[in-house]
Amino acid sequence: MEPKDISRRKFIRATGLSATALTLGFYFSGESKASTIIKGEDAENYGVSLNSWIHIDTNGKVTIVCHRAEMGQGAYQAIPQMIAEELEVNLNEVNIIFGKGDTVKYGNQITGGSSTVRGTYKNLLKLSASAREMLVAAAAAKWSVQAAECFAESGHVTHRPSGKKMHYGELVVDASKLEAPKNVQLKKVEDYKLIRKPLPRQDTPLKTNGTAVFGIDKKLPGMLYAVVERNPRLRGKVKSYDDSATLKIPGVKKVFKVTMKVFDTDREGVVVLADSTWAAMQGRKALKVVWDDAGFEYVNTEEIYKKMKADLQSKDGLSAKKQGDPDPVLAQQKNKLDVIYETPYQAHACMEPLNCVAHHKGDSIEIWGPIQAPDWVQGDISQKMGIKKENVHVNMTFLGGGFGRKAFLDYTHEACLISKEAGAPVQVIWTREDDMTQGPFRPGVSYRAEGAVNNGEISAVKFRLCGQNIGHWMGSKKDVPNDSVLEGFQPHYFDNIKNISFSDIPFETPIPIMWWRSVYASTNGFAYESFMDELAIAAGKDPLAFRKQYLKNERCQKLLEKVEQVSGWKSRKPKQGYGVAITECFNSSVAQVVKVSKDATGKIKIDKVWAVIDCGWYVNSDTVRAQVEGSIVMALGAATNHEIHFKDGLAVEKNFTTYRMPRINEIPPIEVFIMDNNEDAGGVGEPGLPPFTPALTNAIFDLTGKRIRKLPFDLAKV
Amino acid sequence: MAIIKLHVNGKEKEVDVDPLTPVLWVLRDHLDLPGTKFGCGVAACGACTIHIDGLPVRSCQLPVAGVGTKKITTIEGLSDNNTHPVQAAWIEEQVPQCGYCQSGQIMAAVALLQKKKSPTDADIDTAMQGHICRCGTYPRIREAIKKASQKMSAKS
Ligand code: FES
Ligand code: FES
Repeated sequence: MEPKDISRRKFIRATGLSATALTLGFYFSGESKASTIIKGEDAENYGVSLNSWIHIDTNGKVTIVCHRAEMGQGAYQAIPQMIAEELEVNLNEVNIIFGKGDTVKYGNQITGGSSTVRGTYKNLLKLSASAREMLVAAAAAKWSVQAAECFAESGHVTHRPSGKKMHYGELVVDASKLEAPKNVQLKKVEDYKLIRKPLPRQDTPLKTNGTAVFGIDKKLPGMLYAVVERNPRLRGKVKSYDDSATLKIPGVKKVFKVTMKVFDTDREGVVVLADSTWAAMQGRKALKVVWDDAGFEYVNTEEIYKKMKADLQSKDGLSAKKQGDPDPVLAQQKNKLDVIYETPYQAHACMEPLNCVAHHKGDSIEIWGPIQAPDWVQGDISQKMGIKKENVHVNMTFLGGGFGRKAFLDYTHEACLISKEAGAPVQVIWTREDDMTQGPFRPGVSYRAEGAVNNGEISAVKFRLCGQNIGHWMGSKKDVPNDSVLEGFQPHYFDNIKNISFSDIPFETPIPIMWWRSVYASTNGFAYESFMDELAIAAGKDPLAFRKQYLKNERCQKLLEKVEQVSGWKSRKPKQGYGVAITECFNSSVAQVVKVSKDATGKIKIDKVWAVIDCGWYVNSDTVRAQVEGSIVMALGAATNHEIHFKDGLAVEKNFTTYRMPRINEIPPIEVFIMDNNEDAGGVGEPGLPPFTPALTNAIFDLTGKRIRKLPFDLAKV
Repeated sequence: MAIIKLHVNGKEKEVDVDPLTPVLWVLRDHLDLPGTKFGCGVAACGACTIHIDGLPVRSCQLPVAGVGTKKITTIEGLSDNNTHPVQAAWIEEQVPQCGYCQSGQIMAAVALLQKKKSPTDADIDTAMQGHICRCGTYPRIREAIKKASQKMSAKS
């Protein structure tokens, strides 16, 4: 986003204010650690900086920085909505700009782990309130009155007794010279004017008239376009290529090989550089490349799942958590349950395919793109391109989806290499096929669940997870269990299940893997909450009552009661299947009930989904609802529509023709409820995803007696 | 390369391109109209939907030489300032999440409402089925189309 008003920005520069203005920033050394204040002389272009997030020009125009990525989840709304609340400005009168990658200014910027609000709100509220108090103090000093007699509202400070009033622009220069207050009074929840309200998002109008600038929309003067023919086989190489036909295509400028490290191997491709996207794509079609297949041709989905299954039978794995000892209990049981759940590999398939604009200028580099972690990109490019960090400028645009894929650093590095070789600014565009087949993918994970019930009570549960470990691809130790084995599992089950264990059976394949919305919870949730259902049935209990019996914690009880009540669980009718599931991840719990029935042709139809989220403190109720709705749709696709298969080392599904996304006609009515409490903020973008699939398959069991343990499955064929 | 005349959003334009270039890339790379999006390139997602003489068309599959004198409308040409009833309904229902698919969704919805003033759920399913939204805004798209339909009939 460009500033809306360039002339004011020039005015501030011309008066030289930016040189004298103080900048207060909160340096985050970690997501939730206490902040320390640092001072610098580095004012922004948008007026005087009261801190890294808040800039006010002398006309009173307020600019708020969104330092996290906006990929649909609402950071561009949530961050300003929080800041405007404590700063006392009108949200519809502020500029919102994206912050560049800069750890010193903004701390952690990685937009992942559903952390935008929960990881920043305490600091952002505090620094906004500090800025407000500095403005009030500046006014009080100007008028020689007590600060306590003044109040801030709608971008103005008013002296209550005299009615004197000044806008922030008249106060900001003085305010910027003051020390930030040590302790500020934050508003009480009941006094919020903006927070907790379902305010319309500031980015919506930009997204209904085509003016929102996504990475793929970025243009620079003299920019060239590039596409890259990468080896379609997993981690394969280029042996040789013939570009004679390519170079004859009008508009094609240059063809060259690009090599870069992706994880532990070199990824090689042939770049076609042209003066338009279409010319580059045509040039690529005319290329003849001989590939070196790197020895991964043996990778096949069937083999992978066969091996996982065998490992689950023969290995115990690394213990991730153990309470009591399920083994001796299970050994004594005659009627124990012992089942396998399987979940597929998935592509992120963001609607905006990967792309990046890079401009390598010799000793500096500037990047624009749909980037989930601008601070990581800055560090990565600095290191890999040998350019000082302060000379690597990383600009965020809007992201057409992220889901974890755009936190991976390959496409930004590749664009820098290509711009360097091209000697010009370059936009690298991935086709849908590139985006879908190159990975990294969500790992497919298999589970073995054993358990037994006695007199209606769980006597022992044992879960084994077998699947690739994302941590291993990031360099974590191989002899420790995957730290995400418990992701998704509602931790309060441990309060009341005596003998329970989780273990991880390390499993390696050459398939590159990466976080995907809700990460391991997206597969764990299905296995764990399906098995809770199987135990409930074995115990002869109502599945919802069974969960209440084991989740006695007050928040869980309230959550389950809410979903029971809104779904009409107790007044279910015959020929209706109801399923429930509850999961926890990123500090939020979500319970869902799915209702299914059979249509006239006997096919399963999803009639309705009820979702209740307990995310503690939250900013915008409408965004929370939208995120849960979207998570459910994404889960539905992964459960019933699509998966990535591998055959001879190649990803089989290459575009939406075979990687079939759910469509509008497949979406059931979804109703979302939010628990109101003042607990610490939890995540919102991901926690709505994991409980959907088990709630659905539990509902199908309820209706048909058929237990689904392998994803994806075809709803029409149940 | 060839000089091709186009009628885009009420204006006459001229481009010098390979006649086989899909309209999508002509709009995005040559006419500075990036609101129309690239999603799949194979007519499988709907992100690139524009209107040709009022009918919804996948611009990723339409060679620019094939347009002739027909009138192209893109998301940018739908209204000044988001005033088209469909855009207004989209804003009221807070449809977009990432927003990337929404130009195509809106163009499809406008075309549907031009044909059917009060579409049923089945009409909406048929008209919108070719449009993928990875963010899952489908329930809100349905509501927004209904709201836009009310707005349009209130006007006429
Ligand atoms: S880009 Fe044209 S339909 Fe997908
Ligand atoms: S809003 Fe993101 S793909 Fe539709």
